[in-house]
Amino acid sequence: MPAVSKGDGMRGLAVFISDIRNCKSKESEVKRINKELANIRSKFKGDKALDGYSKKKYVCKLLFIFLLGHDIDFGHMEAVNLLSSNKYTEKQIGYLFISVLVNSNSDLIRLINNAIKNDLASRNSTFMNLALHCIANVGSREMAEAFASEIPRILVAGDTMDSVKQSAALCLLRLNRTSPDLVPMGEWTARVVHLLNDQHLGVVTAATSLITTLAQKSPDDFKTSVSLAVARLSRIVTSASIDLQDYTYYFVAAPWLSVKLLRLLQCYPPPEDTSLRSRLTECLETILNKAQEPPKSKKVQHSNAKNAVLFEAIALIIHHDSEPNLLVRACNQLGQFLQHRETNLRYLALESMCTLASSEFSHEAVKTHIETVINALKTERDVSVRQRAVDLLYAMCDRSNSKQIVAEMLSYLETADYSIREEIVLKVAILAEKYAVDYTWYVDTILNLIRIAGDYVSEEVWYRVIQIVINRDDVQGYAAKTVFEALQAPACHENLVKVGGYILGEFGNLIAGDPRSSPLVQFNLLHSKFHLCSVPTRALLLSAYIKFINLFPEVKGTIQDVLRSDSQLRNADVELQQRAVEYLRLSCIASTDILATVLEEMPPFPERESSILAKLKKKKGSSKLPDMDDSRKNVNGSTEHAEDAEVASKVPSHTFTDDLSVNSAPSSGASLLVDVFSDFSSAAPTEGSDEHFPRFVCKNNGIIYENQLLQIGLKSEYRQNLGRMYVFYGNKTSTQFLSFSTSVSSNDVLDSQLNVQEKPVDPLIEAGAQVQQILNIECVSDFSDAPILNIQFRYGGTLQNIAVKLPVMLNKFFQPTEMTSQDFFQRWKQLGAPQQEVQKIFKAKNQMDTDVSKAKLLGFGVALLDGVDPNPANFVGAGIIHTKTTQVGCLLRLEPNTQAQMYRLTLRTSKESVSQRLVELLSEQF
Amino acid sequence: MMQFMLLFSRQGKLRLQKWYVPLSDKEKKKITRELVQTVLARKPKMCSFLEWRDLKIVYKRYASLYFCCAIEDQDNELITLEIIHRYVELLDKYFGSVCELDIIFNFEKAYFILDEFLLGGEAQETSKKNVLKAIEQADLLQEVRPALTGKAVIIIII
Repeated sequence: MPAVSKGDGMRGLAVFISDIRNCKSKESEVKRINKELANIRSKFKGDKALDGYSKKKYVCKLLFIFLLGHDIDFGHMEAVNLLSSNKYTEKQIGYLFISVLVNSNSDLIRLINNAIKNDLASRNSTFMNLALHCIANVGSREMAEAFASEIPRILVAGDTMDSVKQSAALCLLRLNRTSPDLVPMGEWTARVVHLLNDQHLGVVTAATSLITTLAQKSPDDFKTSVSLAVARLSRIVTSASIDLQDYTYYFVAAPWLSVKLLRLLQCYPPPEDTSLRSRLTECLETILNKAQEPPKSKKVQHSNAKNAVLFEAIALIIHHDSEPNLLVRACNQLGQFLQHRETNLRYLALESMCTLASSEFSHEAVKTHIETVINALKTERDVSVRQRAVDLLYAMCDRSNSKQIVAEMLSYLETADYSIREEIVLKVAILAEKYAVDYTWYVDTILNLIRIAGDYVSEEVWYRVIQIVINRDDVQGYAAKTVFEALQAPACHENLVKVGGYILGEFGNLIAGDPRSSPLVQFNLLHSKFHLCSVPTRALLLSAYIKFINLFPEVKGTIQDVLRSDSQLRNADVELQQRAVEYLRLSCIASTDILATVLEEMPPFPERESSILAKLKKKKGSSKLPDMDDSRKNVNGSTEHAEDAEVASKVPSHTFTDDLSVNSAPSSGASLLVDVFSDFSSAAPTEGSDEHFPRFVCKNNGIIYENQLLQIGLKSEYRQNLGRMYVFYGNKTSTQFLSFSTSVSSNDVLDSQLNVQEKPVDPLIEAGAQVQQILNIECVSDFSDAPILNIQFRYGGTLQNIAVKLPVMLNKFFQPTEMTSQDFFQRWKQLGAPQQEVQKIFKAKNQMDTDVSKAKLLGFGVALLDGVDPNPANFVGAGIIHTKTTQVGCLLRLEPNTQAQMYRLTLRTSKESVSQRLVELLSEQF
Repeated sequence: MMQFMLLFSRQGKLRLQKWYVPLSDKEKKKITRELVQTVLARKPKMCSFLEWRDLKIVYKRYASLYFCCAIEDQDNELITLEIIHRYVELLDKYFGSVCELDIIFNFEKAYFILDEFLLGGEAQETSKKNVLKAIEQADLLQEVRPALTGKAVIIIII
C-alpha cells in the first residue's frame, strides 16, 4: 500500500486526538473538547473564508467529537459545503459527516440531495459510489422521495460500472426497507433478477440480498429467481476451490454468496419442476457430504465458512420440510455437532435442532439425542449454550419423554442462572400442563416450581394451577393435601401461601377429616404466615378465612377474633381494613344458608370461549401486563363478587368469571399458556406519550396529556417511599366514553422497582364530565424508567387506545435534609469515590434566573443549604431518597455560569445509579 | 440483515459504530452501554453468540479490540463471524498489521473501508482485492501533501 494512502495529513486532527487521549480525567477531556468546539465555532464564524482543507479538518474534528459521545449542534452547513468540493477527500469527509450525523433539517436535506444528484450524474464511478453510500447510510424518507426512481435505472443500465451496480443494489435495498411505498416496482424487476447471472460475483452478492428482500414482499414477481439461484448455487458448490479466485475464502467457494442464495431459496416452497428440484437436492447433498470430508485447512475461518453454508443449507431443508432423507441427514449432522469441541458449533446445533424438532419427519430423530442435550444442560459452562439446551428440551418434549424432561428442567432450575429462571419456570409450567396425564403430577410439579424458584413464578403460573384444580374434581383433595404439607415448611414462598390460601379456602374440607389437618390446624397454619406476607396476599388470606367460616362453623369464633383485632379492623391499608370489616359483619349477620350461598365453591372457569377472547385481545395488541393486573384483582378479590351479590352489588355478579376468562381461563388444549408464553418473549415495552413528562420533574400537579377527546390531569403527593396520584380524566366531547378502562404497565425491570396499584375507575364518562382515579405508588428500589398508563375507551363506536408515561420519577421520593456547612463538606468528602459522583455540564435552555432555579431545586425535592458554598451564585442541596429497601443520601451542587450560559451539575450519592438518574432528570430542567 | 456493528476496547471505549437501522442518539448510547457491558463480562472461552433483546449478537475479540455485530433472527451467525474476520483482514492489509491506534487516528478510513465492504447491513463486496482496490483508487484521488502518515503520527505519540 502506498504510504500516501494512510493519512491525508490532517495534522491538527492527529494532535487533537492525541490530546484527548492524554486527558487524565473525563473532566479534562470535556474541557479540551469545549476549547476545541469554541475554536472551531470561531473559525466557522470568522470573516476569513476557510479553504477546503481547513474546513475538512474541522468537520473531521467535529465528527470525532461526536463519535466520542458528545453532542454536536453546528458544522452541518460546512459539511454540506464539502459535498460540492471537487477534491475527493473533502467530498468524502463531507459525506461521512452527513452519514453519521443525519439531520432532519429540511433546508439542509435539500442541499444534500442536490449534491448527491450532481454526483450521481457525474458518471465518475468513485463519486457515484460515495453518493450511493450516503443514501444507503442515511436512508431517510426525503432521500427515498428524491432518488427511489433514479436508482433502479442506474442499477440495470448496461453501461453502469460493476462497483456502482453493487452500491446501487444495496442502496435500493435500504430504501425499500425504510420506505417501501416509494420504491416503484416496474420493468426493472425482471432485469434485476437476471443480475443473478452476472459474471461479476460481487454484483451477484449484492443483488441477491436485494432480490431476497423484494421476494419476501412480493414472491410472485420474483419467482424466476428460484431457477437462477439454484443454477448459481450448483455452479458454486461443484466448483474447484480455485475457480472463484478471490471469492474463495479459506478454501471455501464464495461462502457469503452461497449463504445468501440459500436464504433466497427459503422465500419459496420446494421447486415444482422435477429436474430443478433434483438439482437443488443434489446441491444440498453435496453440501452435507462436504461436511464429512476432512478439512482443507486447520484454520477456524475455513471451518466457520464451511459450516455457515452447511447451517444455511440445513435451514433450507427444514424450511422445505419435504425430504425425509435430507431431514434425517441434517439431524445426524447436527447430532455430531452437539458433541463438537467448538462451543460455537454446539450452540448452533442446539439452536438449529430446535426447529428440526417441530418437523414430523425428524422429530423422532431429534429425540434420540435427549441424553446429550440433558448432559449439555448439566455441563456446559456458558449460560447462553445452556439456554439453547433448555429450548431444545422444550421443543423435543412429547408425551413419551415429558416426565424425564420436566424432572431435568426442575433439577436444573435449582442452580440455573437468574437470567433464565423465569423462562424455565414458564416452560416447565407449560409442559407440565400440556403433557399431564394425571393431574397429581401436575400439582406436584407446580408446587415444586414455587418451592425452587418462587420469585420467578409469575402470576399466570399460579393462577393457572388454581384454575386447573378448580376445574378438576379428581385432583382437589390431592391438591389440598399437598399444599397443606408444603405450607408446613418453616420458610415458604409467598406464592405458595397464595396458592395454599386459595386452595384450602375452597377445598380445605376435603382433608379436614384427618386430625392432623383439622380446620383449626389449617387455619393456624395459614395464619402463621399472614404477618410475613404483602398486602395482596393478606387480602387473599382474609378471603380464605371467611370461606373457612362457611366450611367449618367450629372455627368461626377463632376467625372472628382475628378479624376483630385492631391490626385488622384498623389496618392502615384500606383494602385490608374493608375486607376485615365486611367479612366480620357478614359472618355475624348472615344465616348459615346465606353464608353458604354467598361463599359457595367457585364455579369452574369457562374453558372454550375464553381462549378465543384472549387471542382476540392479543391481536388487538394490548400488552400482557395490564391483563395481569386485571386478573390479579379478580383472583385476590375472589369472594368479593359473592359478597357484592349479598350486599350492594356494585358489579354484576358474573364479572369475576368473565374477566378471569378473558385473561386466563383454560382453552381446550394448552394453547393459552403457550400464548402467554409467546407473549412473554415478545413483550415489548409500550412507548407512552411523554411530551409533558419533563415538566413534572419539579412539580406534582398539572396536565399530563391532552388530545381532542380527552384531557388527563394529575395531582400527586409523596411521602417517604409512598405516593398517591389522583388522575383526572376529562371527556372533552359531547358524547359518552364507554368501556373506559385503564391499566398501568411497567417493563420487567421497573416492575420489581416500583409498585403502582390502581383503584378502579368508572367505565363510563359522561360528555363533558370528569372522573377521578387513584393510583397508589410504592418505590421498592431506585429506578430510572417510568410506568405507562394505558387507557382504553370506546368513543362513537371506535376503540381509542392511549398510552401516557406517568411522571413518577426517582426524585419524587426525596425528603429534604437540612445540614450545617461542616456536615455537608464532611459527607461530600465521604462520597468521593468516582462512581458516586456524576457530573454534567450543559447549556442553559432557559433564562438563568436565581429565583427560578431555586424554585426548581425545591420542587425537585432537596433542601437548599444557604451559606455552604463560598460562591453565593452556586446552589447546594441535600436530601434523602426513600425506597422500601434502602435510603440513599444525596448531595447536590449546581454552578451556573451566566457568561457562558452554562451550568455544571454535580451529584454525589452513595449509589451510582441514583446519581446518574438524578443528573439526567435535573439537567433537563434548566 | 446486520443492524449495527460496534468496535470497542477492553476498557469499554467505543472505537467505531455503524448503524444500519435508524435509531435516536439516546437509544444508540443505551444500546452501546448495555452491550459493551454484556460482552466484556463474558469469559474468553464462551461462545461467540448470544441472544439480546430480539437480536443475535455475534462478537469476537482481536487483541485489545472487540468486534460486535447485531443480526436478525434469520441471519447466519457463522458467516457474520467471518464478516468480522474479513473486515479485520481488510484493515490489516490496508494499515499493515493494524492496531487499535490505527483505528483511533484514522477512524475515517475505517469507516470508508467498512462502507466498501458492507452496505445497508449486507455484504456488498467480499473480495479482499476488490475492496482494497476501491480504497486505493480513492486514495490516489486525494491531493498529495507532504504529509505525516498515520503511522508516523503514532510513533510520535508513543
